[in-house]
Amino acid sequence: MAEHLLVIENLHKTFGATEVLRGVDLNVDSGDVVSIIGSSGSGKTTLLRCVNMLEDYHEGRVLIDGEEIGYTRHDGKRVRLPNSTIARQRALTGMAFQTFNLFPHLTALKNVTLGLVKVRGLAKDEAVGIARRWLDRVGMLDRQDHYPSQLSGGQQQRVAIARAIAMNPKLMLFDEVTSALDPELVNEVLNVIRDLARDGMTMLLVTHEMRFAYDVSTTVIFMHEGRIHEAGPPSEVFIRPRTPRLAEFIQNSSFRA
Amino acid sequence: MGYQLNFDAVWRNFDLLLSGLGLGLALAVVSIFLGSLIGLVAAFAMVSKNRLWRGLAVGYVTAIRNTPILVLIFFTFFALPQFGVRFDKIESFVFTLTVYAGAYLTEVFRGGLMALPRGLREAGLALGMTEWRANLWVVIPVMIRNVLPALSNNFISLFKDTSLAAAIAVPELTFYARQINVNTFRVIETWMVASLMYVAACYLIAAALRRLERRLAIPR
Repeated sequence: MAEHLLVIENLHKTFGATEVLRGVDLNVDSGDVVSIIGSSGSGKTTLLRCVNMLEDYHEGRVLIDGEEIGYTRHDGKRVRLPNSTIARQRALTGMAFQTFNLFPHLTALKNVTLGLVKVRGLAKDEAVGIARRWLDRVGMLDRQDHYPSQLSGGQQQRVAIARAIAMNPKLMLFDEVTSALDPELVNEVLNVIRDLARDGMTMLLVTHEMRFAYDVSTTVIFMHEGRIHEAGPPSEVFIRPRTPRLAEFIQNSSFRA
Repeated sequence: MGYQLNFDAVWRNFDLLLSGLGLGLALAVVSIFLGSLIGLVAAFAMVSKNRLWRGLAVGYVTAIRNTPILVLIFFTFFALPQFGVRFDKIESFVFTLTVYAGAYLTEVFRGGLMALPRGLREAGLALGMTEWRANLWVVIPVMIRNVLPALSNNFISLFKDTSLAAAIAVPELTFYARQINVNTFRVIETWMVASLMYVAACYLIAAALRRLERRLAIPR
């Protein structure tokens, strides 16, 4: 059996008394574009954040390329890995956030080079070369010397995507990246992601853009009450939902085939 | 009024006042620098999840901020030696002002840390930075820029507190002014000149900090 790029097994996560994830299993192969849909509170974002350990999880396993993320086992007991190891593992993935989270004190270019120089240890020239290539790819090269406050939301998000991808992750995580954008800025960001998907980038994305999920995904996952309620190719999930809950969700969404 | 202003005696001793001002500035720079380091560490301790660190930081700030600085100066200089901790008077004052500055700056930095959006740190972590490095390259640079105006206020206030070193005979500006006053009886002239020297120094410090603020400002 060929190994999956990302394996999630029986993932459980609680916030206080609330169990947000109640046993999630998911495999993602190289080149897959997996969209996670579901109503708010269903655990979509938490699932994504467990993959790069921005959230600890309490049971189950996450593996990237066969390497267990975040935890190891000692005499049958689960032990959190040292922070330096987790930091290295986080770099296996790249993440784009709902609120962009660009570094406000740095220009667009420096936002991208910071990780390349400080984390990957590249020489400055090389880092600038890579950064400029990715800024060009997301259509932001002419704004490389602008500060985040001088860019629109859509432009900031494109820089943030370039910043994450320039690190050369195996897997990109997109966390509702268009939710904070004005409607007229949504498409410029979606186009960038669509373009990267076409290029074979492996992605896991949480989104409310149903049409977009339908168009770009190889697999769509519907989450409900902390579990994967239904999963399949977009044509099945959106057109022929098998469960009443998903049918209702699609019905209430803006999706029209 | 029979009193004639006569500054001759003050000018004759002006080099003493200048050297006093120089020492005061040096005391302030060293204490503020060390105090800032303590303040940074304590501010991170205050916002950490670790209850022990949080407790230590809160205890430190509470104890120091609620004691008058003159009492702290006397305590360090007169009481600590009873426990076998011996400083000369300059070391003693620098130690006191550092500890005092650290407590106030902790609060400034803590406010700065709490005002930062959570996503900033997470963006650093997601790139593969350790907590430490995300703090060093992202959190602290942004936070410092945000709190610079409040820092400037504190720095000026701490510089003025160096005048209290006169109480343990550290030869700074106030100490020399008092000496000149006693030796020449030129009371008004001496304190007038000393006051103006403080004003001028504070004005220059404020101007320098405003320039720094402008240079580091995040463009809008």
